Amino acid sequence: MSLLFIVLLPLLGSLVPLLGSNDRRNLCALITAILPAVALALVATNIGDVLSGNVQHYSIPWIPALGLDFALRLDGLSLMFALLILGIGLLIILYTRFYLAAEDSMPRFYAYLMLFLTAMLGIVMADNLLLLWIFWELTSLSSFLLIGFWHTQSDARRGARVSLTVTAMGGLALLAGLLLLGQMVGSYDMQTVLDSRDLIQQDERYVPVVLLILLGAFTKSAQFPFQFWLPQAMAAPTPVSAFLHSATMVKAGVFLLARLHPALAGSEIWLYLVGLTGLVTMIYGAYFALIKYDIKAILAYSTISHLGMITMLFGLDSRMATVAGLFHIINHALFKASLFMVAGIVDHECGTRDIRKLKGLRRYMPMTTVLATLGGASMAGVPLMNGYLSKEMMLTETLETGLLGGLFWLVPVLATLGSLISAAYALRFVRNIFFEGSPGTLEVTPHEPPLLMRAPVLLMITLCVVIGLLPAITVTSLLHAAADAALAEPVPEFHLAIWHGFNLPLLMSAIALGGGVVLYLLRKPLFDFQRQFTSLNTLSIYEVTVQGIVRAAQWSLDTLENGSLQRYMLWLVIAVLCLAGGSLVMTPSLQGNLPQQPLDALLIAGAAITILAGLATASLHRRRLISLLMLSVVGLMVSLVFARFSAPDLALTQLAVEVVTMILLMLALFFLPQRTPKESSGLRVVRDVLLSAAFGGIVASLNYAILTQPIDSISQFFLEHSVPGGGGHNVVNVILVDFRGFDTLGEITVLGIAGIGIFKLLNRLRLFMPSSDFEGRPWSPDSHPMILAIVSQTLLPLALLVSIFIFLRGHNAPGGGFIAGLVTSVALILMYIARGVDWAQQRLAFQFQPIAVAGVGIAALTGLGSWFFGYPFLTSAFGHFYIPLIGDVELATAMLFDLGVYFTVIGATLMILANLGKLTTPHRPSKQKEQS
Amino acid sequence: MEALYATMTGALAASGLYLTLRGRTFPVVVGLTLLSYAVNLFLFSTGGLTTDGAAVIKEHTDHYADPLPQALVLTAIVIGFAMTAFSVILAIRVRGELGNDVVNVTRGDEPREDKS
Repeated sequence: MSLLFIVLLPLLGSLVPLLGSNDRRNLCALITAILPAVALALVATNIGDVLSGNVQHYSIPWIPALGLDFALRLDGLSLMFALLILGIGLLIILYTRFYLAAEDSMPRFYAYLMLFLTAMLGIVMADNLLLLWIFWELTSLSSFLLIGFWHTQSDARRGARVSLTVTAMGGLALLAGLLLLGQMVGSYDMQTVLDSRDLIQQDERYVPVVLLILLGAFTKSAQFPFQFWLPQAMAAPTPVSAFLHSATMVKAGVFLLARLHPALAGSEIWLYLVGLTGLVTMIYGAYFALIKYDIKAILAYSTISHLGMITMLFGLDSRMATVAGLFHIINHALFKASLFMVAGIVDHECGTRDIRKLKGLRRYMPMTTVLATLGGASMAGVPLMNGYLSKEMMLTETLETGLLGGLFWLVPVLATLGSLISAAYALRFVRNIFFEGSPGTLEVTPHEPPLLMRAPVLLMITLCVVIGLLPAITVTSLLHAAADAALAEPVPEFHLAIWHGFNLPLLMSAIALGGGVVLYLLRKPLFDFQRQFTSLNTLSIYEVTVQGIVRAAQWSLDTLENGSLQRYMLWLVIAVLCLAGGSLVMTPSLQGNLPQQPLDALLIAGAAITILAGLATASLHRRRLISLLMLSVVGLMVSLVFARFSAPDLALTQLAVEVVTMILLMLALFFLPQRTPKESSGLRVVRDVLLSAAFGGIVASLNYAILTQPIDSISQFFLEHSVPGGGGHNVVNVILVDFRGFDTLGEITVLGIAGIGIFKLLNRLRLFMPSSDFEGRPWSPDSHPMILAIVSQTLLPLALLVSIFIFLRGHNAPGGGFIAGLVTSVALILMYIARGVDWAQQRLAFQFQPIAVAGVGIAALTGLGSWFFGYPFLTSAFGHFYIPLIGDVELATAMLFDLGVYFTVIGATLMILANLGKLTTPHRPSKQKEQS
Repeated sequence: MEALYATMTGALAASGLYLTLRGRTFPVVVGLTLLSYAVNLFLFSTGGLTTDGAAVIKEHTDHYADPLPQALVLTAIVIGFAMTAFSVILAIRVRGELGNDVVNVTRGDEPREDKS
C-alpha cells in the first residue's frame, strides 16, 4: 500500500503549490516540499526490506481487458532511482526558491515540477509495461511544460517543442515495441516479461521489438543521432535543467535499458546497437562539450557524453558492465545536478553564461568555487571522487568486451579518448570560470549566493566525496540490489575500492587525465580548426525535415482548399462517381428477380410532372422566383409520391415542411438578388451538365437495383412489437418516439441547435432593403391585404384544433408531434404574413427560444424518468385509463416525449421564420411612406 | 413502375447537383433542397414500393409497408428543413457582411480566377 502512496503523494503534490501565493515564496516552497518529503520517507522505510532482496508489489486492476493494471513494484532498481528522483527533487525545490525571479510564477513552476516528478516515479516503479508507457508519455508532456516555462521567450518555446517532438516520437515507437513485447509474452506484467527471456529472444519479432524499444530509449536519453533536443532544452530555467538532465528525464532512457535488460540483452544486435550507439554518443558529446561557449551548453553536451557512456555499459556483454552503468547513473546524477546548480548560481550572480566573459570568479565566490572544483573533478574522473570509481570500472569492462571482434582494441581506445576529452572540458569549465583572469567585462559585481541556495550543491558534493572515499560502505548494497534487478544472471561479486593495484585501467585513467590537461592547453588550435565547419548537425536536419513537412502541408492546403466551393463539390462528386460507378461496372446486372409492378396513367403523369419540374428548377435557375416555384412543385409531388406508396405520415410531414420551406425561401429571396447573373462559361456549363447527368444516372441505377432486389428487412420486428410493446398502432410513430426514441431525441436537439444558430446569425444583421423588385417596380403599398388577414384569423383556431387532433392521434393513426408542430407553426406564420410582425409580436408575447429548449427538455426528462422506475433510458410505459365522458383512453409516456418533439418543432421553426421576418419591419420604405 | 421511380430520383438528383455546382448562394440552396428530395425518395424506396399498405396496425391484414425507412425519412425531412434554413440564412448573413452572394472565397483583395 505504501507503494501507491509513494506515487500518489507527489501527484497530489502537484496541486499543493497552487494553494500558495507567489508573494509568500518561502511558504510556497515549504508546502510543496512536504508531500515529496513524506514520499521519500516512505521509500526510506522500505530500504531495508528491498536491500535484503524482497521485491515489493502493489496492484489494482485498471483496464483488465487491455491487460493494463495499476501495478507498482519496488525492487533494487526502482529503489535506487526513487531515492535519486525524490532526493534531488527536494533539493531542486529548495534551490528553485532562490533561483526564480520575482515575476516568475512560483506556484506554476512547482506544480509542473511535481507533475514531472510523479511521472518519473511512475516510470521507475511501474510493474506493467503499459503503465510504464503512460508515465513515460507523462514525462514528455510535463517536461514540455517545464522547458517552455518562460513561454514568452521564443527559444524556450522552440526548445520545448523540439524536445516534445523527439521524445514523443520515440514514445510512440516505444509503445509499439512494448505492445509487441506484451503480445510475444502474452502478458504486460513486468515480472512475467522479465522471466521470459528465452521466449522473447527466440521469437522472430525480437529484432523489431528491440529496434522500437531502443528508439524510445535513445530519443529519451539523447543518444546520437537524437541528441539535438537536449542542448535546445537548455532554454529552460536552470533548476529544470539540473533536474531533467542529471537525475531524471534523460535517465528514463537508460533506466528502460536497465529495466528490460534481463529480458532483451545478451544478443548480438543488442551488443552492437546499444554498445556502439553509446560509444559514438560518448565521443560526440564530449567533443562538443569542449568547444561550446555557453556554460549550460557545455554541461548539456557533457550530459550527452556521459549518457552515452552509461548506454554503452548497458550494451556490453559482461555483468560487471551493468553494475558499472548503474553506479555511474548515481555518480553522474550527483555531480551533474550540482554542476548545473553552480551554472545557475553563476548565471544568477553574473548575468551571463558565456564562458569567455566569466573569469576569475574565485575571488568573489570562494565557497562556490570549491564546490564547483570538486564537482568538476568528479566529472573529469579524478581519483578520490565518485566519478573516478565508475569511470575506472567502465575502462576495465571495455577491455573485456567481445564488441567489434578483431577490432576489439578500438573500444578501450575510444573509451579512453572519451574520458580524455571529458577531463579537458571539466578542466576548462572550472579553470576558465573560477581561476583564470579577472571578470573585467561583467556589468555586476558577483558575490556568493544565499547559503540555502548553495546548500543543495554542498550536500550533493559531500555525497560525491563520501562515495568517492568510502564506496564499499556507502553504495555497495544499493548497487547490488539494483544490479540484481537489472541482470538475468546472479550479480557478480564486486568490491568497490579506490585502489586496485597497478593495472591497465589505471594506466588508461592516467592517460585520460594527463591527456586531458594537454588537450586543454592546446585548445586554441582546436577552436580555430572547429571554426571552419558550418554547424551541420542533426538539429539542422531535424529543422529542415520539419519545415519540409510544414511546406508540404501548406502546399496541399493551398492546392486543395482554395476557397472555391465549386472545386470542393467537384472533387466530392468525382470521388462518388468513381466509387459508385466503378462498383456498378463490376455488377453484371441491375435487374433483380422481383416482379415489376404495373404502371398506370396517373403514375406516368405524376412522374413526368416531377421530372419536368425538377429539370425546370435547374434550367431556370437564373430567374430565381420561377425556379423557386418549380421547386415547390417538386416538393408537392414528392408529398404525393409518399401518399401513393403507403406513407401517410411522410406525406403529411412533407406537405407541412414544403409550406414552411417555401415561406422561408421567399423571405430569403427578398434579401438576395432576384436574378443570377450569367457567369459560367459555356464549357463550365457543359462540364456541370455532364457531371450531373452522370450522377443522376448512377443514382437512378442504384435505385433501380435496390427496388428490384428482394430485401430482408428487420421491420417485421417493429410491426410485431408495435402494439404489444409500444402501445401504438402507427408503427412509424412508435419507432420515432419509442423504439428509436434516442435517435429522435438527437434529431430534435439538432433542430433546436439549428434554430439557435440561425437566431444568432440574424443578430445585428444590417441588410440592404430593396424598395422595388428587380425590374424597378415598387413593392405594393398594401402590405397586409384585408382578405388574407381575415381568413388567416378565422383559420387560426381551426388550425390549432387540427394540430392538436393530429398530435393526439399520432400514436395510433398518421400524425404525431412532428406533423402537429409543423401545422401549428404554419398557422402562426400565416398570422405573421397576414398582419405583419409587429401585430403578431404584440399578441404572441412569448419568446420562441425557450419553447424549443423546453421541448428538448421535456423529451430528455421523459427519457430520464424511466430511470426512476429502474428501466433503461427512454423506456416507455403505457396503459388504458378510463376517463369519465370520454371513455377508455390509451396513454403512453411516449406521448409525453412526442410533446417534447411538438414544442421543439414549433420553437425552432418560428425562431427561424419569425426572426427572419422581423428583419423586414424596421426602416421598410413602403411602410414609412404609409405612416408619413 | 420501378424504372420510372428510379428515373425520377435520378432526374431530381441530377438537377440538384447541377444547381449546387453554381456560383451563387441562392441556386446552391435550392439545389441542396432538391438534392435532399432525391435522397429522401431514394431512402424511402429502400423499403420497397407498397400500395395501400400504410404501416398502421389493423385487424385481418398483414400487408404493410416497411415502416423503418419511413421513420428515417420523416426525421430527415425535418432536419433537411433545418439545414436549408441554416444555409439560406448564412447566405443572407454573408450578403449583409460582404455585400455579395458569391459562394467562393477570394483570397486577398484581388478576385482570383477559379482554375478548376
